Amino acid sequence: MKENSVVVLVGLAILIALPLVTSAYFLHLAIQILLWGFVYTAWSMMGRFGLVSLGHGAFMGIGAYVPALLWNYYDMTPWLGIPLGVVLSALLGLVIGYPCFRLKVVGHYFALVTLALSQVVLLSIVAARDITGGSLGMTPRSIGHSWYALQFPDKIYFYAIAVIVWLLGLIVWRAIDQGIGREALEAISDDEEAAAAVGIDVTREKLRVTVISAALTALGGALFGQYLMYLNPESVSGIGVSLQIVFAAIAGGMYAMLGPTVGGLLTIALTEGLRVWFGASFVGAANSIYGILLILFVVFMPRGILGWFEPARGLRKVAMLFLSSRPTPAKAGGAPGPGNH
Amino acid sequence: MDMFLLEAVINGLLLAGVLALLALGLNLIFGVIDVVWIAYADLVMCGMYAVYWLFAEYGWPLPLAFAAAIVGVAALGLLVHLLIIAPILTSAPINQLLATGGLLYFLQSFATLLFGTDFRNIGIRLPIIEIGGIYVSYARLLAFGVALMGAIALYLFLKRSYVGTAIRAIAQDREIVGLMGVDQRRIYLVTSAIGGALAGLGACLLALQYDVHPFIGNTFGPLIFMICVLGGLGNMIGGFIAAFIISQIIAIGGYYYSTELSYVLAFMLFIVLMFIRPQGIVSR
Repeated sequence: MKENSVVVLVGLAILIALPLVTSAYFLHLAIQILLWGFVYTAWSMMGRFGLVSLGHGAFMGIGAYVPALLWNYYDMTPWLGIPLGVVLSALLGLVIGYPCFRLKVVGHYFALVTLALSQVVLLSIVAARDITGGSLGMTPRSIGHSWYALQFPDKIYFYAIAVIVWLLGLIVWRAIDQGIGREALEAISDDEEAAAAVGIDVTREKLRVTVISAALTALGGALFGQYLMYLNPESVSGIGVSLQIVFAAIAGGMYAMLGPTVGGLLTIALTEGLRVWFGASFVGAANSIYGILLILFVVFMPRGILGWFEPARGLRKVAMLFLSSRPTPAKAGGAPGPGNH
Repeated sequence: MDMFLLEAVINGLLLAGVLALLALGLNLIFGVIDVVWIAYADLVMCGMYAVYWLFAEYGWPLPLAFAAAIVGVAALGLLVHLLIIAPILTSAPINQLLATGGLLYFLQSFATLLFGTDFRNIGIRLPIIEIGGIYVSYARLLAFGVALMGAIALYLFLKRSYVGTAIRAIAQDREIVGLMGVDQRRIYLVTSAIGGALAGLGACLLALQYDVHPFIGNTFGPLIFMICVLGGLGNMIGGFIAAFIISQIIAIGGYYYSTELSYVLAFMLFIVLMFIRPQGIVSR
């Protein structure tokens, strides 16, 4: 435990010191890594339990558009607009999750339902082009530096916000990881019928992580909107975004607390690296590589990069979730204790 | 009945032909290999680019360009199976879906890299036919006819030929077929190639009507999925019927409201139907 606290303190010190030593460009990258890391972390709260959503773009879209629209048309401060978007997104998670879990829509059927959900949100934003600007996107009305409008031309403010939100994501992730619900959710993803038979409320357990995940993803979307000051339906709700979330979470490793953040680091580094080396004409190169990597990760390394460094204690879950659809008897080694990541 | 509404209905009917053809290909792959190729519509995109380059840029005769596109996409289908699906054939279905999701991402991005995001048209303007005050595009009529013929040819192949019988047998019982001396791997390859060829044929028919761009798969890919799931994944007749229902919703919704809202309506219907009838509207 002592070593862990040292690592945490050193990590925090680096995060605080970072803006003092880096240029605005790297700060911009750091903000993106932290915000995306936060969204990926939110996704993996569901993904690690076999609830693979291809529709997190829906939650990001609502989170981003609700505060921006309320700000532009009703002068409502994002301090109210963002919570509203988050609540709406959580409600959407509830409305779509409840029937899914009640009626046992699982696996790739669940993925397809969530994919359809993201299409509904995407196309609704495009269809409401009179107020959202349609596919051309929209810009929140800018009033310069303002706490009221949550607009800061200086990146340092958003860096601080991104760090706080990212830490919030990790705390929630850890709470789920160490909570009693985790065992229940793992049991559910191993064998739903058996879990229900021993008295686990399957619908309730799944709903809880879904609602949390949807709410946090909406918060991430909202902060992206505030930070970039530009919203576009494809870039918040498109299939590409949803797949990118899945890719990064899987690549980084969705079973480790920092895995999704590593995924964020990897994707941003790859995108920016290719852009700097090859120039803007090389558009699509980074995404082509993600695509190939996603295939390779799914085929060869479903536990992601951080999964490599983990001891074999998690193998049971992989076996359950990814290598075979049937439960295996390989439960040796005892139940994993909490808190030793 | 309103003339324009009738026109919308007829155009929806004609669109349904091509969608049904593509749904047939996807359903064939699902029914036989038991995997969901989420990148199916992007194989169609590749086929459309093939038609565009061979016909409009290199000046090949159209039928030859079409044939090359069909063969090319069929080969692509083979590759998809060999490189992506075969190694994870026994994994959870969600893994296969994600792996082909990676392919979707790759194909779209790679097409952007190679061709840019320009909309490209093969530059053929087929005439528009007027029948009793209703205007119908010849390209759509042709596409509908060819798609229907493709579907019938597939049906005959599955019913009459030895390989077709083996394919149907696998779709019914995977374990027993192996004992009957059918080489599953070979059947999977044949099925993937046929699925690819259907995507290629669909590409030719769509290239006559639409501009091609790297993200065209996103515009009708989710639709094809919805159609397959509505019809019951793997159920070809169900898929065929669902294609007509969905395209009518889109055509009529598009007539009364807007295209996007009609898609929203169709997707919402899909979500609701997944809840109340996950096995599809037509049960086997």
